[in-house]
Amino acid sequence: MGAWLQRVQSQFILNFIEKDRWKYLVNGLGTTLRITIGALIIGAILGAVIAIVRATWDKNRETLRPGFGRSLLEVVNGICKLYLTVIRGTPVVVQLMIMYYIIFASSKNGVAVATLAFGLNSAAYVAEIIRSGIMSIDNGQFEAGRSLGFNYVQTMWHIILPQSFKNVLPALANELITLLKETSVAGYVAVVDLTKGGDIIRGVTYSPFMPLIFVALIYLIIVVVLTKLVGILERRLRNSDH
Amino acid sequence: MTTENPLIRVTDLKKHFKGGKIRALDGVTTDIAKGEVVVVIGPSGSGKSTFLRCLNLLEIPTGGSILYEGVDLTDPKINIDHHRQKMGMVFQHFNLFPHKTLLQNMTLAPIHLLKMNKKDAEEKALALLDRVGLRDRAGAYPSQLSGGQKQRVAIVRALCMSPNVMLFDEPTSALDPEMVGEVLDVMKELACEGMTMVVVTHEMGFAREVGDRVLFMDGGCLIEEGTPEEIFNHPQSPRLQDFLSKVL
Repeated sequence: MGAWLQRVQSQFILNFIEKDRWKYLVNGLGTTLRITIGALIIGAILGAVIAIVRATWDKNRETLRPGFGRSLLEVVNGICKLYLTVIRGTPVVVQLMIMYYIIFASSKNGVAVATLAFGLNSAAYVAEIIRSGIMSIDNGQFEAGRSLGFNYVQTMWHIILPQSFKNVLPALANELITLLKETSVAGYVAVVDLTKGGDIIRGVTYSPFMPLIFVALIYLIIVVVLTKLVGILERRLRNSDH
Repeated sequence: MTTENPLIRVTDLKKHFKGGKIRALDGVTTDIAKGEVVVVIGPSGSGKSTFLRCLNLLEIPTGGSILYEGVDLTDPKINIDHHRQKMGMVFQHFNLFPHKTLLQNMTLAPIHLLKMNKKDAEEKALALLDRVGLRDRAGAYPSQLSGGQKQRVAIVRALCMSPNVMLFDEPTSALDPEMVGEVLDVMKELACEGMTMVVVTHEMGFAREVGDRVLFMDGGCLIEEGTPEEIFNHPQSPRLQDFLSKVL
C-alpha cells in the first residue's frame, strides 16, 4: 500500500509538478472552454436563425402569397437545408481540417478557426432541435398571437420561442455537452486544448495513465456541473405551467 | 339587413382549396353593423368557422372582399396586423399563453402594440378580470384554471385591446356542460354593452336570446339569414328546417 502510494506520488510529480507541466492542462482547459463558449454562441445564434427560417417555411408554404417574399424564403430555406445536409453528413474532424487547411489556410489562429468550425457544426444540430421545439407548439398559440395584432416576428419572439425553449432545453443541454467533448479533436489543427495538453504531457513523460485520467476527470466534472445547472434552470422554467 | 355604413361588409367571400375542388366558403355576402350581434349557426363542415376566421384573415380568402372600417382587408398591401388589433378573437380552445400569468396574458399586447405603460395596462387588465370574477387569480397561470375560467380570461384578454368587434369561434364547444353558462353570461353582458359580435356557436339558446341576427350556413354558402324569431320559428329553406329539427 505504501509502495503504491509512493508510486502514485512520484507519477503525479513527474506528470504535473516537474517543469510546471500542470500548465499544459490549465492552459488547455482555458482553450477548450474558449472554443466551446465561442462555438456555443455561434451555434445558438446561427442555429436559431436557421430553425426560424425552416419552421417559417414549413408552417406557411401553403398560405404565403406568391411574390418576392415567398421566393426569397424558399431560396433561403433551400440553402439552410443544404447546409444541414452537408454539416450533418460529414464528420466534424473533417470539417475542422477543411476549415484550417483549405478555407483559412493563410490563418495561423487555430483557436479562432476551431471556434468557427465547431460553431458552424453545432449550429446545424441546434437548428434542428429548435425547429422541433417550434413545430411542437400548438398552432392555436400562433393564431392567438396574430389575432391580437402581433406580427409574425413578434409572435415568435414573445409567444412561440419562450415556450419552445423550455421544451427543448434538455436537448440543447445535451448538444452543449456533446460540443464540449467534440472540441477534444481540436488538436488535429495544432490547437493545444485540454486533450492535446494531456497528450503532450504523455508524450514527454511516457506515462499515459495520470495525464489521460486527469483529462477525462476534468471533462467529467464540467459535464456534471453543466447537467446540474441545466437541471436548476429547467425546474425554474417549469414552475410556470403544468 | 343592410345599413349605410356597416362595420364589416363581406362581399362574395370565397375560400377554395385544391384549385376549387374543395369549397369551404363559396360566395358569402353580408353586412355586420356596429353594435350588432350576429350568430352563425350550421352543421359541422358548413364553413361557419372558416367564415369567421376569414374575417380577420387567419384564413386567407381566395376570393371576394372584406371591408372593415372602410378598408379592404383582403388587399395584400394593407398592414393586417394593425387592423387585427381592433378585432378581438376568442377560440374554441382558449389559446391562452401557458408560459405567462393571467395578468401577463392580458397586458402583453397592450404594452407592446398599443405602447401602453405597464401600470395602465395592468390596471385595465385587473379591472377586466374583476368583471369576470377572476381578479384574485391575476398571478395564476392558465394551467391552474378550469375551462370556463380560461375562456373568461381569453375574452377579457381580447377586450384589453379595446376592439371594435369581437369574433367568437365556438367559444363553449370545448367546455364541460356546467361551465358553458358562465362563459355565455360574460358574452351576454358584452352584447348588452353594445359590443359588435360575430359568434359561431352550437348554443341555440344563446342565438335566440342574444342574437340580433342569425346566419344559417351550409356547404360553404349562406342559406338563410334573419332575426332569431324568423330563423327559429319560421325557417324557410328545407335545409334549415332539417337542421333545426335535429338540434332543437
